[in-house]
Amino acid sequence: MTSQTLRSDAASAKKKRPLALLLISFRTFIALIVVFAFFGLTTPNFLDLPTLVIIAQHVAINAIMAIGMTFVILTAGIDLSVGSIVGVSGMIAGLLLTRGIPVPPLEVTIFPNVVETMLITLAVGALIGLINGLLITRLNVAPFIATLGMLYVARGAALLISGGSTFSNLVGDPKFDNTGFPFLGSGRILGVPASIVALVVFALVAAYVAARTPFGRYVYAVGGNERAAALSGVQVDRVKVLVYMISGFCAAFAGLIVAAELVAAHPASGETFELNAIAAAVLGGTSLMGGRGTIAGSIVGAFVIGVLGDGLVMLGVSSFWQMVIKGVVIIAAVVLDQMQQRMYRSYALQAQMT
Amino acid sequence: MSEATLAAETRVILRAEGIGRVFPGTIALRDVDFEVRRGAVNVLIGENGAGKSTLMKILAGVIPPTSGRLLLNGKEVRFESVRDAAHHGIGIIFQELNLCPNLSVAENLSLVDPPTRFGFDIDRARQLDKARTLLARLEQRIDPNQLADDLRIGQQQIVEIAKSLAADVDILIMDEPTSALSAPEVEILFRIIGDLKAHGVAIIYISHRLEEILRIGDYVTVLRDGRRQAHAIVKDISVEWMIEKMVGPSMAPAQEASAATGKVALSLKDVTLPRAAGGFLVDHVSLDVQAGEVVCLYGLLGAGRSELFECLMGLQSASRGRVELEGNDLSGETIASRIRHGLVLVPEDRQREGLVQTMSVRANLTLASLRRFARLFSIRDASERVEARQMIQRLTIKVSSPEVEVTALSGGNQQKVVIGKGLLTEPHLILLDEPTRGVDVGAKAEIFRVMRRLARDGLGIVFSTSDLKEALGNADRIVVMSSGRISGEFARAEATETAVIAASAPNFHGRSAKERQAS
Repeated sequence: MTSQTLRSDAASAKKKRPLALLLISFRTFIALIVVFAFFGLTTPNFLDLPTLVIIAQHVAINAIMAIGMTFVILTAGIDLSVGSIVGVSGMIAGLLLTRGIPVPPLEVTIFPNVVETMLITLAVGALIGLINGLLITRLNVAPFIATLGMLYVARGAALLISGGSTFSNLVGDPKFDNTGFPFLGSGRILGVPASIVALVVFALVAAYVAARTPFGRYVYAVGGNERAAALSGVQVDRVKVLVYMISGFCAAFAGLIVAAELVAAHPASGETFELNAIAAAVLGGTSLMGGRGTIAGSIVGAFVIGVLGDGLVMLGVSSFWQMVIKGVVIIAAVVLDQMQQRMYRSYALQAQMT
Repeated sequence: MSEATLAAETRVILRAEGIGRVFPGTIALRDVDFEVRRGAVNVLIGENGAGKSTLMKILAGVIPPTSGRLLLNGKEVRFESVRDAAHHGIGIIFQELNLCPNLSVAENLSLVDPPTRFGFDIDRARQLDKARTLLARLEQRIDPNQLADDLRIGQQQIVEIAKSLAADVDILIMDEPTSALSAPEVEILFRIIGDLKAHGVAIIYISHRLEEILRIGDYVTVLRDGRRQAHAIVKDISVEWMIEKMVGPSMAPAQEASAATGKVALSLKDVTLPRAAGGFLVDHVSLDVQAGEVVCLYGLLGAGRSELFECLMGLQSASRGRVELEGNDLSGETIASRIRHGLVLVPEDRQREGLVQTMSVRANLTLASLRRFARLFSIRDASERVEARQMIQRLTIKVSSPEVEVTALSGGNQQKVVIGKGLLTEPHLILLDEPTRGVDVGAKAEIFRVMRRLARDGLGIVFSTSDLKEALGNADRIVVMSSGRISGEFARAEATETAVIAASAPNFHGRSAKERQAS
């Protein structure tokens, strides 16, 4: 063989990615198809539309949180406070809808309408994210620690708002013009449940931001190599603060959906949700080292977890076993991720040799 | 002649026969023979991608060969791991630094086999002693208690070398050990190599610096496209011979005319960076650079070149003094704003500071100039692609598509990506910190050609190097730094090796200059 054939060998290898690498790249999607097929075959009515809609509604909450989490993890950060933000945001909405905002000097109480209530709640979510971000960038607290602290602070705040009790019957009062909150949980837009519509909107906007805007590119750059990004003029601190605000915002929205579905706000709601969001992102191929991952992947990851969970319930598998299975799936996902990295590296190595 | 060959044969300690290494889809090595002789410097040269690193990794037990065999002292051996190879007396200093940044120099030096008290806890005193002895052997004044992370790259390289001296080896592989070293440090390394040779250690030496090989090499093997191209005794050959065997016929390096316009692009006044321990890392540096001019910042390790660049770019918040770019005062501005004003830095360590390894070539190229491609919220895909592709052509970056991940490129091409990223910001002045570090001969020349072309287009260029030939061959003006100060300035016509060296290292003045003249 001459060196020319060597080159052409290499060139053809470059064009044709190994099939295994291709399969493993779509592993989460394949996993989703597998779980659907499995439950479709074993569980009666599993593939009926009403069942699927219910599953999607369950997934929506987790998926919206996973979207925010993906931005954070892409910068090589982590946000453990999202579950508590779910709790605190539901409580704020509950408080505003049932008690309003008292203004002592005027001896009046202002009742914001539902849209205003939601906006205030979302703003609080983003504000908590802002505090996380400032702790991490200005005071140099590790993301794990800063958000772990916030997990407790926000949960405590949720409990303090009502003294630990639940705000129930959040239907509003026509007198105060603040009815309609449950729509987010049980209403339908063009026949599609509102929470699913919300998920679609969040997903589209997030995917666009991540893939097509300078900010999205900066998020990937900060996670891939923070110093190189800084030297390229990327305002690293600003990017980091923004991703935690996005995460807080998404979590607050998820909290609103939870409260609207239950028509009640409970201070303990959202406990351990942060782990579901992280699991969804990781399952979807987001690397905890930062720089790698997609919004679509995380949403597929959230669906795998959701479908698996609901399917196992319908199959009558005990909740203890459900936890074991969920854990195994997450670990398997990361193992596969590592395999893909290795395969990609050796593939990249070959490309370099040519 | 045959007697000599016979003598050489008996000195062979390690023989690689018919080594082949196949990666799926690629043949990295094909039927390569390689002999390693006791008490000699066995040089391996070749362009990037010729298979040098693969061969070294096979010899050091990092990866197994696909075909062929290794004979150690005439007996066939098979290495399962680096540790296994180390048990057979083979040590390797990788080109990439392998120190634990979170541990002290002394801890790094005793990492594998720390001295213990009764096999129980680490004997810190002995560990320190050991480190001091090793560093003293290398004539380095590095505090063994310092964290590895706090050392500059060249010093880290020295520690890396010390680490391999700590283990007693019969065969020591050195992959470009001098790429980060300054001239006096190289002298020390060469003395150590001589010392090791005298003790019968076989050294396998990889370098892109060919003059170096003529000085210290005994046998040279040339690889090209994964094949053994030539083998010779170093006494019999010349730099031209090596270049010809590596790349084909040699090209004469023609020094081009200066394109300096006389208009001041960058002006520094009393730029100063205090050292935490007292004194200055950058000591009141004042300098003007003209548009179209290529200025070389020559200096030894620790002379303050990188720190000066960092001050100019706004990476050192403690820096004082005035930095003006085309009349605009940049002092106190953020990095982003300096880039907007037309200043850009190509950093020394492209892996750590230059590239985002997880992103494609395109995304890396446009990272610093992304705002230009943004319309409203989104990045205009088409124009980003076009400009990325144009830059790939302009700098002749060898890559099959802009979408390839940047880690898949060779060192020289990665460096061009970092330069291209800077150029896309449409700078007026570009700072390049050691732009040819870890880049092969061909790519080096190309990087300097690019710099020339940019200067002709009116850019001011400041590059730093510790390679004297590079400084003399490519700059319009050489500014020498020593201990944070500008210690000499030479127009191209008046710069001589002796003068530049004398200015760069007052402490080494007499000896270095004499040695240079002698050689």
